[in-house]
Amino acid sequence: MIISVASGKGGTGKTTVATSMALALQACDHVTFLDCDVEEPNGHIFLNPEFTETENIYIEVPKIDPGKCNLCGRCAEVCAFNALLVAGEAVITFPELCHGCGGCRYFCPVGAISPEPKQIGTVERGVAGRLAFVRGRLEVGAALSPPLVDAVRKNRGPGGITIVDAPPGTSCPVIHSVRGTDFCLLVTEPTPFGLNDLDLAVQMVRSLGVPCGVLINRAREGWGIIEKYCRQEGITVMMKIPLSQEIAEAYSRGVSLAKFDRGWNDAFKQLYREIGGLVANERSHCNQR
Amino acid sequence: MRIAVGASGPSKDAPAEERFGRCAYFVVFDENGNVLETINNEGAASAEGAGIRTTQILLDHNVNVVLTGRVGPKAINALLAGGVAVYTGVADTVSGTLENYKKGLMQPLAVPNARQHSGKGPEKRVVK
Repeated sequence: MIISVASGKGGTGKTTVATSMALALQACDHVTFLDCDVEEPNGHIFLNPEFTETENIYIEVPKIDPGKCNLCGRCAEVCAFNALLVAGEAVITFPELCHGCGGCRYFCPVGAISPEPKQIGTVERGVAGRLAFVRGRLEVGAALSPPLVDAVRKNRGPGGITIVDAPPGTSCPVIHSVRGTDFCLLVTEPTPFGLNDLDLAVQMVRSLGVPCGVLINRAREGWGIIEKYCRQEGITVMMKIPLSQEIAEAYSRGVSLAKFDRGWNDAFKQLYREIGGLVANERSHCNQR
Repeated sequence: MRIAVGASGPSKDAPAEERFGRCAYFVVFDENGNVLETINNEGAASAEGAGIRTTQILLDHNVNVVLTGRVGPKAINALLAGGVAVYTGVADTVSGTLENYKKGLMQPLAVPNARQHSGKGPEKRVVK
Protein backbone atom coordinates (compact mmCIF):
# COMPACT_ATOMS: atom_id res chain seq x y z
CA MET A 1 0.00 0.00 0.00
CA ILE A 2 1.35 3.38 -1.04
CA ILE A 3 -0.25 6.40 0.63
CA SER A 4 0.61 9.91 -0.51
CA VAL A 5 0.07 12.88 1.78
CA ALA A 6 -0.53 16.09 -0.15
CA SER A 7 -2.24 19.47 0.17
CA GLY A 8 -3.00 22.35 -2.10
CA LYS A 9 -2.00 24.97 0.45
CA GLY A 10 1.43 24.88 2.05
CA GLY A 11 1.87 24.69 5.81
CA THR A 12 -1.27 22.71 6.51
CA GLY A 13 0.53 19.85 8.24
CA LYS A 14 1.48 17.31 5.56
CA THR A 15 4.72 16.38 7.26
CA THR A 16 3.11 16.24 10.71
CA VAL A 17 0.55 13.78 9.34
CA ALA A 18 2.95 11.77 7.17
CA THR A 19 5.56 11.31 9.89
CA SER A 20 2.89 10.53 12.51
CA MET A 21 1.37 7.89 10.32
CA ALA A 22 4.79 6.37 9.63
CA LEU A 23 5.63 6.27 13.36
CA ALA A 24 2.25 4.81 14.30
CA LEU A 25 2.34 2.10 11.62
CA GLN A 26 5.91 0.90 12.17
CA ALA A 27 4.58 -1.34 14.92
CA CYS A 28 2.23 -3.10 12.43
CA ASP A 29 4.25 -3.51 9.25
CA HIS A 30 7.42 -2.59 7.39
CA VAL A 31 7.13 1.14 6.64
CA THR A 32 9.08 3.17 4.09
CA PHE A 33 8.92 6.97 4.37
CA LEU A 34 9.62 8.91 1.15
CA ASP A 35 10.21 12.64 1.53
CA CYS A 36 9.34 13.91 -1.96
CA ASP A 37 9.32 17.58 -0.94
CA VAL A 38 12.78 17.81 -2.50
CA GLU A 39 12.93 21.60 -2.46
CA GLU A 40 12.46 21.73 1.29
CA PRO A 41 12.64 18.23 2.78
CA ASN A 42 11.83 18.29 6.50
CA GLY A 43 10.64 14.78 7.39
CA HIS A 44 14.09 14.10 8.88
CA ILE A 45 13.45 16.68 11.62
CA PHE A 46 10.66 14.49 13.02
CA LEU A 47 12.06 11.03 12.24
CA ASN A 48 15.80 11.58 12.88
CA PRO A 49 17.12 9.08 10.33
CA GLU A 50 20.72 7.92 9.95
CA PHE A 51 21.71 8.06 6.30
CA THR A 52 23.64 5.12 4.93
CA GLU A 53 23.89 5.88 1.22
CA THR A 54 23.67 8.76 -1.24
CA GLU A 55 22.96 8.58 -4.95
CA ASN A 56 23.47 11.47 -7.37
CA ILE A 57 20.58 12.12 -9.76
CA TYR A 58 21.16 13.54 -13.22
CA ILE A 59 19.14 14.78 -16.16
CA GLU A 60 20.45 14.77 -19.72
CA VAL A 61 21.08 18.23 -21.15
CA PRO A 62 22.11 18.83 -24.78
CA LYS A 63 25.74 18.97 -25.86
CA ILE A 64 26.28 20.40 -29.34
CA ASP A 65 28.97 19.07 -31.67
CA PRO A 66 30.00 22.25 -33.58
CA GLY A 67 31.59 20.08 -36.29
CA LYS A 68 28.24 18.54 -37.17
CA CYS A 69 25.87 21.45 -36.38
CA ASN A 70 24.66 23.33 -39.46
CA LEU A 71 22.96 26.10 -37.39
CA CYS A 72 19.52 25.25 -38.81
CA GLY A 73 17.85 26.29 -35.54
CA ARG A 74 15.50 23.32 -35.29
CA CYS A 75 16.63 22.59 -31.70
CA ALA A 76 15.87 26.14 -30.49
CA GLU A 77 12.54 26.04 -32.31
CA VAL A 78 11.31 22.81 -30.68
CA CYS A 79 12.56 23.62 -27.16
CA ALA A 80 9.51 24.55 -25.10
CA PHE A 81 11.75 25.95 -22.35
CA ASN A 82 13.99 28.25 -24.43
CA ALA A 83 17.13 26.39 -23.36
CA LEU A 84 18.86 26.75 -26.75
CA LEU A 85 19.80 29.77 -28.82
CA VAL A 86 21.30 29.96 -32.31
CA ALA A 87 23.57 32.98 -32.05
CA GLY A 88 25.79 33.79 -35.00
CA GLU A 89 28.07 30.82 -35.62
CA ALA A 90 27.17 28.73 -32.59
CA VAL A 91 24.31 27.17 -30.68
CA ILE A 92 24.36 28.24 -27.04
CA THR A 93 22.72 26.08 -24.37
CA PHE A 94 21.17 27.24 -21.11
CA PRO A 95 21.25 24.01 -19.04
CA GLU A 96 19.48 25.73 -16.12
CA LEU A 97 16.34 25.97 -18.29
CA CYS A 98 16.58 22.43 -19.74
CA HIS A 99 13.95 19.92 -18.61
CA GLY A 100 15.94 17.00 -20.06
CA CYS A 101 13.17 15.97 -22.45
CA GLY A 102 15.58 15.17 -25.29
CA GLY A 103 13.39 16.87 -27.92
CA CYS A 104 16.32 18.81 -29.39
CA ARG A 105 18.30 15.59 -29.77
CA TYR A 106 15.37 13.80 -31.37
CA PHE A 107 14.65 16.53 -33.92
CA CYS A 108 18.24 17.52 -34.83
CA PRO A 109 18.43 16.63 -38.54
CA VAL A 110 22.22 16.14 -38.53
CA GLY A 111 22.71 14.28 -35.24
CA ALA A 112 24.83 17.06 -33.73
CA ILE A 113 23.34 16.80 -30.22
CA SER A 114 24.45 14.27 -27.64
CA PRO A 115 23.20 13.89 -24.06
CA GLU A 116 25.34 15.26 -21.27
CA PRO A 117 24.52 14.43 -17.65
CA LYS A 118 23.81 17.34 -15.32
CA GLN A 119 23.34 16.71 -11.61
CA ILE A 120 20.05 18.06 -10.26
CA GLY A 121 20.16 16.58 -6.78
CA THR A 122 20.73 13.59 -4.54
CA VAL A 123 18.66 10.76 -3.12
CA GLU A 124 19.64 9.82 0.43
CA ARG A 125 18.64 6.51 1.99
CA GLY A 126 18.77 5.58 5.62
CA VAL A 127 16.93 4.16 8.59
CA ALA A 128 14.98 5.79 11.38
CA GLY A 129 14.40 3.10 13.99
CA ARG A 130 12.34 0.48 12.21
CA LEU A 131 11.47 2.84 9.35
CA ALA A 132 13.21 2.92 6.02
CA PHE A 133 13.73 6.61 5.24
CA VAL A 134 14.44 8.10 1.81
CA ARG A 135 14.59 11.74 0.85
CA GLY A 136 15.50 13.78 -2.20
CA ARG A 137 17.49 16.97 -2.06
CA LEU A 138 17.42 19.33 -5.00
CA GLU A 139 20.68 21.11 -5.86
CA VAL A 140 20.65 24.82 -5.10
CA GLY A 141 19.98 26.56 -8.41
CA ALA A 142 18.35 23.54 -10.04
CA ALA A 143 14.85 24.48 -11.12
CA LEU A 144 13.45 21.11 -12.03
CA SER A 145 12.42 18.68 -9.37
CA PRO A 146 10.16 16.08 -11.10
CA PRO A 147 13.01 13.77 -12.24
CA LEU A 148 14.34 13.84 -8.66
CA VAL A 149 10.88 13.14 -7.23
CA ASP A 150 10.66 10.14 -9.59
CA ALA A 151 14.02 8.91 -8.31
CA VAL A 152 12.77 9.10 -4.70
CA ARG A 153 9.51 7.35 -5.62
CA LYS A 154 11.44 4.33 -6.99
CA ASN A 155 12.51 3.51 -3.43
CA ARG A 156 9.60 1.50 -2.18
CA GLY A 157 10.15 -1.36 0.14
CA PRO A 158 9.16 -4.94 -0.72
CA GLY A 159 5.47 -5.02 0.24
CA GLY A 160 4.71 -3.21 3.44
CA ILE A 161 3.50 0.38 3.65
CA THR A 162 5.01 3.32 1.80
CA ILE A 163 4.18 6.85 2.96
CA VAL A 164 4.91 9.61 0.44
CA ASP A 165 5.28 13.14 1.83
CA ALA A 166 4.48 15.33 -1.19
CA PRO A 167 5.41 18.96 -1.78
CA PRO A 168 2.63 21.57 -1.47
CA GLY A 169 0.66 22.84 -4.44
CA THR A 170 -0.75 21.08 -7.48
CA SER A 171 2.08 21.41 -10.00
CA CYS A 172 4.44 18.87 -11.61
CA PRO A 173 6.45 17.87 -8.49
CA VAL A 174 3.20 17.11 -6.65
CA ILE A 175 1.76 15.15 -9.56
CA HIS A 176 4.95 13.08 -9.73
CA SER A 177 4.63 12.43 -5.98
CA VAL A 178 0.95 11.42 -6.03
CA ARG A 179 0.60 9.63 -9.38
CA GLY A 180 0.42 5.86 -9.04
CA THR A 181 -0.13 5.86 -5.28
CA ASP A 182 -3.04 3.80 -3.91
CA PHE A 183 -4.53 6.64 -1.90
CA CYS A 184 -3.94 10.35 -1.40
CA LEU A 185 -4.62 11.93 1.96
CA LEU A 186 -5.26 15.65 1.46
CA VAL A 187 -4.38 17.75 4.49
CA THR A 188 -6.09 21.10 4.79
CA GLU A 189 -7.21 23.72 7.29
CA PRO A 190 -10.64 25.34 7.76
CA THR A 191 -9.80 28.70 6.19
CA PRO A 192 -10.83 30.17 2.81
CA PHE A 193 -7.27 29.62 1.56
CA GLY A 194 -7.35 26.04 2.80
CA LEU A 195 -10.64 25.42 1.03
CA ASN A 196 -9.60 27.07 -2.24
CA ASP A 197 -6.39 25.08 -2.48
CA LEU A 198 -8.06 21.86 -1.30
CA ASP A 199 -10.47 22.16 -4.22
CA LEU A 200 -7.52 22.50 -6.62
CA ALA A 201 -5.86 19.47 -5.05
CA VAL A 202 -9.07 17.41 -5.29
CA GLN A 203 -9.32 18.20 -9.00
CA MET A 204 -5.69 17.15 -9.40
CA VAL A 205 -6.02 13.76 -7.64
CA ARG A 206 -9.27 13.05 -9.49
CA SER A 207 -7.62 13.69 -12.84
CA LEU A 208 -4.87 11.28 -11.77
CA GLY A 209 -7.47 8.67 -10.80
CA VAL A 210 -6.13 8.40 -7.24
CA PRO A 211 -8.80 7.94 -4.53
CA CYS A 212 -8.59 10.59 -1.82
CA GLY A 213 -9.79 11.55 1.63
CA VAL A 214 -9.44 14.73 3.63
CA LEU A 215 -7.75 15.42 6.95
CA ILE A 216 -8.65 18.73 8.60
CA ASN A 217 -5.82 20.17 10.65
CA ARG A 218 -6.22 23.06 13.12
CA ALA A 219 -9.94 22.23 13.22
CA ARG A 220 -12.16 24.54 15.29
CA GLU A 221 -15.74 24.41 16.50
CA GLY A 222 -17.99 26.22 14.08
CA TRP A 223 -15.42 26.42 11.28
CA GLY A 224 -17.25 24.02 8.98
CA ILE A 225 -16.36 25.15 5.43
CA ILE A 226 -14.26 22.08 4.70
CA GLU A 227 -16.93 19.61 5.91
CA LYS A 228 -19.51 21.41 3.79
CA TYR A 229 -17.28 21.16 0.72
CA CYS A 230 -16.55 17.47 1.38
CA ARG A 231 -20.27 16.68 1.71
CA GLN A 232 -20.95 18.39 -1.63
CA GLU A 233 -18.09 16.54 -3.31
CA GLY A 234 -18.72 13.17 -1.68
CA ILE A 235 -15.27 13.07 -0.05
CA THR A 236 -14.73 11.42 3.34
CA VAL A 237 -13.31 13.55 6.15
CA MET A 238 -10.96 10.95 7.62
CA MET A 239 -9.66 12.80 10.69
CA LYS A 240 -9.62 16.17 12.41
CA ILE A 241 -6.71 17.51 14.41
CA PRO A 242 -7.78 20.43 16.63
CA LEU A 243 -6.09 23.81 16.79
CA SER A 244 -4.05 23.30 19.94
CA GLN A 245 -1.16 25.11 21.53
CA GLU A 246 0.15 21.81 22.95
CA ILE A 247 0.39 20.27 19.48
CA ALA A 248 2.03 23.40 18.08
CA GLU A 249 4.61 23.38 20.92
CA ALA A 250 5.45 19.72 20.30
CA TYR A 251 5.79 20.46 16.58
CA SER A 252 8.17 23.33 17.28
CA ARG A 253 10.39 20.90 19.20
CA GLY A 254 10.36 18.47 16.26
CA VAL A 255 8.10 16.00 18.07
CA SER A 256 5.57 14.33 15.82
CA LEU A 257 1.96 14.03 16.92
CA ALA A 258 2.07 10.23 17.13
CA LYS A 259 5.12 10.36 19.40
CA PHE A 260 3.74 13.09 21.59
CA ASP A 261 0.49 11.36 22.46
CA ARG A 262 -0.48 7.68 22.68
CA GLY A 263 -4.07 8.51 21.71
CA TRP A 264 -2.96 10.10 18.45
CA ASN A 265 -0.73 7.11 17.77
CA ASP A 266 -3.83 4.86 17.91
CA ALA A 267 -5.84 7.36 15.87
CA PHE A 268 -3.31 7.16 13.02
CA LYS A 269 -3.48 3.35 13.07
CA GLN A 270 -7.25 3.63 12.83
CA LEU A 271 -6.84 6.15 9.98
CA TYR A 272 -4.72 3.61 8.11
CA ARG A 273 -7.39 0.91 8.55
CA GLU A 274 -10.03 3.28 7.21
CA ILE A 275 -7.87 4.15 4.23
CA GLY A 276 -7.45 0.42 3.58
CA GLY A 277 -11.24 0.07 3.64
CA LEU A 278 -11.75 2.95 1.19
CA VAL A 279 -9.11 1.59 -1.18
CA ALA A 280 -10.64 -1.93 -1.11
CA ASN A 281 -14.07 -0.40 -1.75
CA GLU A 282 -12.75 1.65 -4.66
CA ARG A 283 -11.11 -1.42 -6.20
CA SER A 284 -14.23 -3.56 -6.00
CA HIS A 285 -16.19 -0.70 -7.61
CA CYS A 286 -13.65 -0.55 -10.40
CA ASN A 287 -13.88 -4.32 -10.93
CA GLN A 288 -17.67 -4.14 -11.13
CA ARG A 289 -17.46 -1.43 -13.78
CA MET B 1 22.06 48.73 -39.69
CA ARG B 2 18.86 47.49 -38.05
CA ILE B 3 17.89 49.06 -34.73
CA ALA B 4 15.08 47.43 -32.70
CA VAL B 5 13.23 49.49 -30.08
CA GLY B 6 11.13 47.84 -27.39
CA ALA B 7 7.52 48.95 -27.76
CA SER B 8 4.23 48.32 -26.02
CA GLY B 9 2.36 48.82 -29.32
CA PRO B 10 3.10 48.10 -33.00
CA SER B 11 4.04 51.65 -34.06
CA LYS B 12 6.79 54.24 -33.63
CA ASP B 13 4.39 56.46 -31.65
CA ALA B 14 3.66 53.72 -29.12
CA PRO B 15 5.04 53.98 -25.56
CA ALA B 16 8.51 52.46 -25.27
CA GLU B 17 8.78 49.28 -23.21
CA GLU B 18 11.34 49.00 -20.46
CA ARG B 19 11.31 45.22 -20.09
CA PHE B 20 13.29 43.24 -22.64
CA GLY B 21 12.06 39.63 -22.62
CA ARG B 22 8.46 40.50 -21.80
CA CYS B 23 8.28 43.26 -24.40
CA ALA B 24 5.19 42.92 -26.66
CA TYR B 25 6.61 44.47 -29.87
CA PHE B 26 9.85 45.66 -31.39
CA VAL B 27 9.83 48.44 -33.97
CA VAL B 28 12.84 48.08 -36.29
CA PHE B 29 14.41 51.21 -37.81
CA ASP B 30 17.28 51.81 -40.18
CA GLU B 31 19.95 54.35 -39.19
CA ASN B 32 17.99 57.13 -40.93
CA GLY B 33 14.96 56.58 -38.75
CA ASN B 34 12.79 54.80 -41.35
CA VAL B 35 10.57 52.05 -39.95
CA LEU B 36 11.63 48.79 -41.59
CA GLU B 37 9.27 46.41 -39.82
CA THR B 38 7.37 45.72 -36.61
CA ILE B 39 8.07 42.46 -34.80
CA ASN B 40 5.34 40.86 -32.72
CA ASN B 41 7.40 39.33 -29.91
CA GLU B 42 6.03 35.84 -29.33
CA GLY B 43 8.84 35.25 -26.84
CA ALA B 44 7.02 37.43 -24.29
CA ALA B 45 4.54 34.64 -23.63
CA SER B 46 7.23 32.08 -22.65
CA ALA B 47 6.83 30.49 -19.24
CA GLU B 48 10.58 30.63 -18.82
CA GLY B 49 13.52 31.94 -20.79
CA ALA B 50 11.54 34.78 -22.39
CA GLY B 51 14.72 36.81 -22.84
CA ILE B 52 16.38 33.97 -24.74
CA ARG B 53 13.39 33.41 -27.04
CA THR B 54 13.14 37.16 -27.61
CA THR B 55 16.84 37.30 -28.50
CA GLN B 56 16.35 34.43 -30.94
CA ILE B 57 13.53 36.32 -32.65
CA LEU B 58 15.65 39.49 -32.92
CA LEU B 59 18.57 37.47 -34.34
CA ASP B 60 16.23 35.84 -36.87
CA HIS B 61 15.28 39.38 -37.94
CA ASN B 62 18.96 40.36 -38.30
CA VAL B 63 18.80 43.06 -35.64
CA ASN B 64 22.15 44.75 -34.85
CA VAL B 65 21.18 47.09 -32.01
CA VAL B 66 18.41 46.85 -29.41
CA LEU B 67 17.16 49.79 -27.34
CA THR B 68 15.45 48.67 -24.15
CA GLY B 69 15.39 49.14 -20.38
CA ARG B 70 15.99 46.16 -18.16
CA VAL B 71 17.83 43.03 -19.33
CA GLY B 72 18.21 39.87 -17.22
CA PRO B 73 21.33 37.72 -16.86
CA LYS B 74 20.42 35.01 -19.39
CA ALA B 75 19.12 37.54 -21.92
CA ILE B 76 22.26 39.68 -21.84
CA ASN B 77 24.44 36.60 -22.36
CA ALA B 78 22.26 35.59 -25.29
CA LEU B 79 22.33 39.08 -26.83
CA LEU B 80 26.09 39.47 -26.47
CA ALA B 81 26.69 35.98 -27.87
CA GLY B 82 24.54 36.90 -30.84
CA GLY B 83 26.54 40.08 -31.39
CA VAL B 84 23.66 42.45 -30.66
CA ALA B 85 24.62 45.81 -29.15
CA VAL B 86 22.37 46.68 -26.20
CA TYR B 87 21.52 50.21 -25.09
CA THR B 88 19.29 51.09 -22.14
CA GLY B 89 17.35 54.09 -20.89
CA VAL B 90 14.24 54.25 -23.07
CA ALA B 91 12.33 57.54 -23.48
CA ASP B 92 8.54 57.70 -23.20
CA THR B 93 7.88 56.83 -26.85
CA VAL B 94 9.52 54.55 -29.40
CA SER B 95 10.53 57.39 -31.73
CA GLY B 96 11.78 59.47 -28.78
CA THR B 97 13.95 56.53 -27.75
CA LEU B 98 15.49 56.35 -31.21
CA GLU B 99 16.21 60.10 -31.06
CA ASN B 100 17.95 59.66 -27.70
CA TYR B 101 20.04 56.84 -29.15
CA LYS B 102 21.09 58.98 -32.10
CA LYS B 103 22.07 61.81 -29.73
CA GLY B 104 24.18 59.36 -27.72
CA LEU B 105 22.01 59.70 -24.61
CA MET B 106 21.54 55.95 -24.03
CA GLN B 107 23.82 53.70 -22.00
CA PRO B 108 25.55 50.70 -23.60
CA LEU B 109 25.04 47.55 -21.52
CA ALA B 110 27.43 44.62 -21.17
CA VAL B 111 26.21 43.15 -17.89
CA PRO B 112 22.65 42.39 -16.73
CA ASN B 113 20.85 45.29 -15.07
CA ALA B 114 17.85 43.31 -13.86
CA ARG B 115 17.29 40.06 -11.97
CA GLN B 116 15.90 37.10 -13.82
CA HIS B 117 12.09 36.96 -13.99
CA SER B 118 11.90 40.65 -13.03
CA GLY B 119 9.94 41.38 -16.23
CA LYS B 120 7.10 39.27 -14.90
CA GLY B 121 6.19 41.74 -12.17
CA PRO B 122 3.97 44.80 -12.44
CA GLU B 123 4.89 46.86 -15.46
CA LYS B 124 7.05 49.88 -14.72
CA ARG B 125 8.35 52.38 -17.19
CA VAL B 126 11.10 54.90 -16.97
CA VAL B 127 9.88 58.26 -18.19
CA LYS B 128 12.49 60.88 -18.75
